[in-house]
Amino acid sequence: MMTKSMRNGLGLALGLLVAGAALAAGADLGQTTKQATNWVAIGMFGAFVTITLFITKWAAARTKSAADFYTAGGGITGFQNGLAIAGDYMSAASFLGISGLVFASGFDGLIFSIGWLVGWPVITFLMAERLRNLGKFTFADVAAYRFAQTPTRIFAACGSLVVVAFYMIAQMVGAGQLIKVLFGLEYQYAVMIVGVLMMMYVLFGGMTATTWVQIIKAIMLLTGATFMALAVLFQFGFNPEALFTKAVEIHSKHDAIMSPGALIKDPVSAISVGMALMFGTAGLPHILMRFFTVPSAKEARKSVGWATTWIGYFYILTFIIGFGAVVLLTQDPAAYYVDGDLAKGLKGGGNMAAIHLANAVGGNVFLGFISAVAFATILAVVSGLTLSGASAVSHDLYATVFMKGQADSDHELRVSKITTVCLGIVAVFLGIAFEKENVAYMVMLAFAIACSANFPVLFMSVLWKDCTTKGAVAGGFVGLISSLTLTVLSASVWEAVLKNPKGSALFPYSSPALFSMTAAFLTIYLVSKMDNSKQAQLERSLYPAQKVRSETGFGAASASGH
Amino acid sequence: MKDEMKGDIAARIAANPKYEKFVSLRSRYSIIMTILVMCVYYGYILLIAFNKEWLGTKLGAGMTTSIGIPMGVGVIVITIILTNIYVRRANTEFDELSAEIVKEANQ
Repeated sequence: MMTKSMRNGLGLALGLLVAGAALAAGADLGQTTKQATNWVAIGMFGAFVTITLFITKWAAARTKSAADFYTAGGGITGFQNGLAIAGDYMSAASFLGISGLVFASGFDGLIFSIGWLVGWPVITFLMAERLRNLGKFTFADVAAYRFAQTPTRIFAACGSLVVVAFYMIAQMVGAGQLIKVLFGLEYQYAVMIVGVLMMMYVLFGGMTATTWVQIIKAIMLLTGATFMALAVLFQFGFNPEALFTKAVEIHSKHDAIMSPGALIKDPVSAISVGMALMFGTAGLPHILMRFFTVPSAKEARKSVGWATTWIGYFYILTFIIGFGAVVLLTQDPAAYYVDGDLAKGLKGGGNMAAIHLANAVGGNVFLGFISAVAFATILAVVSGLTLSGASAVSHDLYATVFMKGQADSDHELRVSKITTVCLGIVAVFLGIAFEKENVAYMVMLAFAIACSANFPVLFMSVLWKDCTTKGAVAGGFVGLISSLTLTVLSASVWEAVLKNPKGSALFPYSSPALFSMTAAFLTIYLVSKMDNSKQAQLERSLYPAQKVRSETGFGAASASGH
Repeated sequence: MKDEMKGDIAARIAANPKYEKFVSLRSRYSIIMTILVMCVYYGYILLIAFNKEWLGTKLGAGMTTSIGIPMGVGVIVITIILTNIYVRRANTEFDELSAEIVKEANQ
């Protein structure tokens, strides 16, 4: 049952959305209340865990070298990798958050999902094959290809770890809240279970196990969501107009759900948030890392083609699911609404729309299935994050900076595993520490940093011949620090988290990306132009060879290590 | 392959006039596609920012569905289609061109 604090939490999250202060508030599952233990859901989830642990055992036998650990030996096909990328990217928050947003305000949910998709063509057109051709294990391999290793790697590791940390906290807190409500487990235990399972996948099975967890989860999520959307459309003779008409009739906002609401406030925020999503996707370390698991640039392109297709298809489904929830849940208010009263909102909070709809169209067994899918989704995302965090430490910091590239594969692998355990413990600790905090801004912040720090450095180092180490590192840090600072000064942190009075935020827009990304590019340009050191001249002279490799794939790392 | 030989071949690739032509052809194509996607996306977002009413207009008399909904779904579909068009062309035409250039340098 909905407590007062929970309603406040939800109201806060919704308030943020309406203010347009955090487009990513959909990534926040808000405060939830513990529900009765759901044994069907636990059984289904148990089956998922059993299967994935068997896969991990099989993967462990194949994970012998550092290359196996980071890239599954480079033997994943484009189609498999496309599904794994989709599994890595479609978080529980986007499934439950977007369908919940559609349920609450209709049209705005659509704007939201479009934003999360547009980064993919950018990766496809500009980055995918160049990344695959230049890289080996991490995106730092690409950025540092012709640059001084130590400074570039230190920057790349900072960029990766900061993005991973914010993304991870949001996922862990979401996981705890979600599992509390779905399975009736205590928050702390839920977070610990997630931490332990993700550590086991990554520690023993490395990239191979992580990839398969992501593939299985993507298939489960796509199947479940397809079934729900079809079940909804079936009731309306597959005529969306009939579905919308009924929804407008029932929804408390009536016809307003058919047009854009308050999600987009001012044009500057709209553009800035759009840039964060569009270019941030191309700077997420756990996504970039997936490009090194395929054997060639051809397969890398196929991966993004499939990933874009699945993710776009999934977002169309969430839109139908949200509208389906508006119509179908009102047919049995006692089962889904607090005290059976439509005005009091859904049991368990606004993000439960898709979960309740699962019950409405498929009964308790399907509800259990969708709950298990939501749990699996979180595991798949946090495993990918942990793996990329571990690689940044072991490959970029330990093997390249600390050992100057002299570390042998066994040592590097051992460091990755130790880091995995440390990251798992830190993630659980942070998840528990942030339980009662508002984490709505964190995913958006991760995107802002990815697009202001990682993306400009990657883009300029690969595509601009005059770029130098000094320029790239200075610009990268400018992007990192400015995006972080401006986010703290914006309403979503300054007012919502630090509890300063409303209207006191110094930075008035929803995302810093427009400013921080521009600052990063400018700094890279100016510092590189002014840099005429010997090292800079050497780096420029190495560009033609780098370009041959990035454009034609000549000399690219083959299915690594074997 | 030794590094020197690799460098040799790489230099020959770079010297081939076909290489420059190929790189600029593909770069132009990927930049045009990027601009196309940005126009579609930012066009839609700016439409929302500046003209919410128009997006809320009904598709036809007596209908509930507003113009903005098929447009929004259209943006998703166009994104998927453009991405796959690029992947198809890059994986056939461009890959053949690039393989040919590498082969010529190896002779």
